[in-house]
Amino acid sequence: MSIIEFHKTSKAFGPLTVLDEVDLSIDAGEVVVLVGPSGSGKSTLLRCINALETITGGDLIVDGLSVKGNARQLREIRQEAGMVFQQFNLFPQLTALKNVAFGPRQVRHLSQSEAESVARDLLKKVGLEDKADHLPSELSGGQQQRVAIARALAVKPKVMLFDEPTSALDPELKHEVLSVMQQLAEEGMTMVVVTHEMAFAKKVGSRLIFMEHGKIAVDGNPRDVIDNPPNDRMKDFLHHVE
Amino acid sequence: MEIDWSVVITYMPQLLQGAKTTIYITILGLVGGLVLGSIAGLMRAYGGRILNAIAFVYIELIRGTPIVVQVMFLYFALPVLADIRIDPMGAAVLSIVVNAGAYIAEIVRGAFLSIGKGLSEAGLALGLPRWKVLVYIVGPLAFRRLIPPLGNQFIVSLKDTSLFIVIGVAELTRTGQEIMASNFRAVEIWTAVAVLYLIMTGALTLLLRVVEKRMKIL
Repeated sequence: MSIIEFHKTSKAFGPLTVLDEVDLSIDAGEVVVLVGPSGSGKSTLLRCINALETITGGDLIVDGLSVKGNARQLREIRQEAGMVFQQFNLFPQLTALKNVAFGPRQVRHLSQSEAESVARDLLKKVGLEDKADHLPSELSGGQQQRVAIARALAVKPKVMLFDEPTSALDPELKHEVLSVMQQLAEEGMTMVVVTHEMAFAKKVGSRLIFMEHGKIAVDGNPRDVIDNPPNDRMKDFLHHVE
Repeated sequence: MEIDWSVVITYMPQLLQGAKTTIYITILGLVGGLVLGSIAGLMRAYGGRILNAIAFVYIELIRGTPIVVQVMFLYFALPVLADIRIDPMGAAVLSIVVNAGAYIAEIVRGAFLSIGKGLSEAGLALGLPRWKVLVYIVGPLAFRRLIPPLGNQFIVSLKDTSLFIVIGVAELTRTGQEIMASNFRAVEIWTAVAVLYLIMTGALTLLLRVVEKRMKIL
């Protein structure tokens, strides 16, 4: 059953069309990797799913709710679609534990101690239980991003959205984030990932989408389309990424 | 002419009474100014087109005119225009509220907008309503950035109370003026007045430094 459905979804910033009547259906359990040259609309597509960007045409249904709904419906969508950002965006005044406990406390209305126990379990899952009382500024980039993943998971979303989660990290820190993501995928989490990590796409992805000029240009099995790009544009892109 | 500092001691009780009035106007004015300024600043930062326009007109009107003109208007023009009569003290406090409010609005707006958009998005992405994002995430961070410029405004407003000499409020400067008129001890009295202002602004600076130290400014 599909959990995310784009129906001729468009998004324009003023005169600039970034998404051009995209049709796409994502099923529960899929790990969709979105790739494409910069400006192709992949980040925008991702951000439309949890309504951080407002679509300007067509419709987009997430877990049965339209992103064109009212403020309360948008909050419901966002609770079901956790987001991990390129720049981590951890709350700088809160410790790792409080960052993760924030969502369950404020959104799911757990008590502070319940929320913190959820948070502790998740920090353990991402291998950072010993950093619970550290502020984000005291953590490395890779550690911050793992806390950010735990924070998004804490609200118990059905889908996880990743917007270039390793692009701001040093090469040697990328793998610790990617392995947490792989673990999530193996547990059956539905994921949509914007990334340039082709090895990750091949190993973990169940579907690869190549975007160009606001449209889906290629949609297929990652191993097939990466090894045998169906068009020159994608071949060219892969050549530049690797 | 001989300088005789003993007149300062003689007139100290009167001067302190004036300083007390200055402090009283400043505190009431700044409390009101903080409330008004926060509302206007948030209207500018997050309000729709109409709220934003209202706050914008208020801020520009106040920042664009001298505070002396504002207090004259409140005290002399308002009774004529709207039949609202305010006593000098009320006009003085209201002037600080309205005047400081306009500057504080811009300080509040700047502090809130200086907090990266990414943090708001992270809060929204968790499914929080916008007001909770402002109260729990952006607000606490913005507050820390408010303190230094707010300290500036507090000191400016405290000194601005000296302008209420024009409507006869018995604050410190007016008190000094009255003593001067009776004994012509310009050096001694104006030195004493200046020192009293320095003590008050110094105490404010110290207080703000303590607040700033207690919270790490991010």
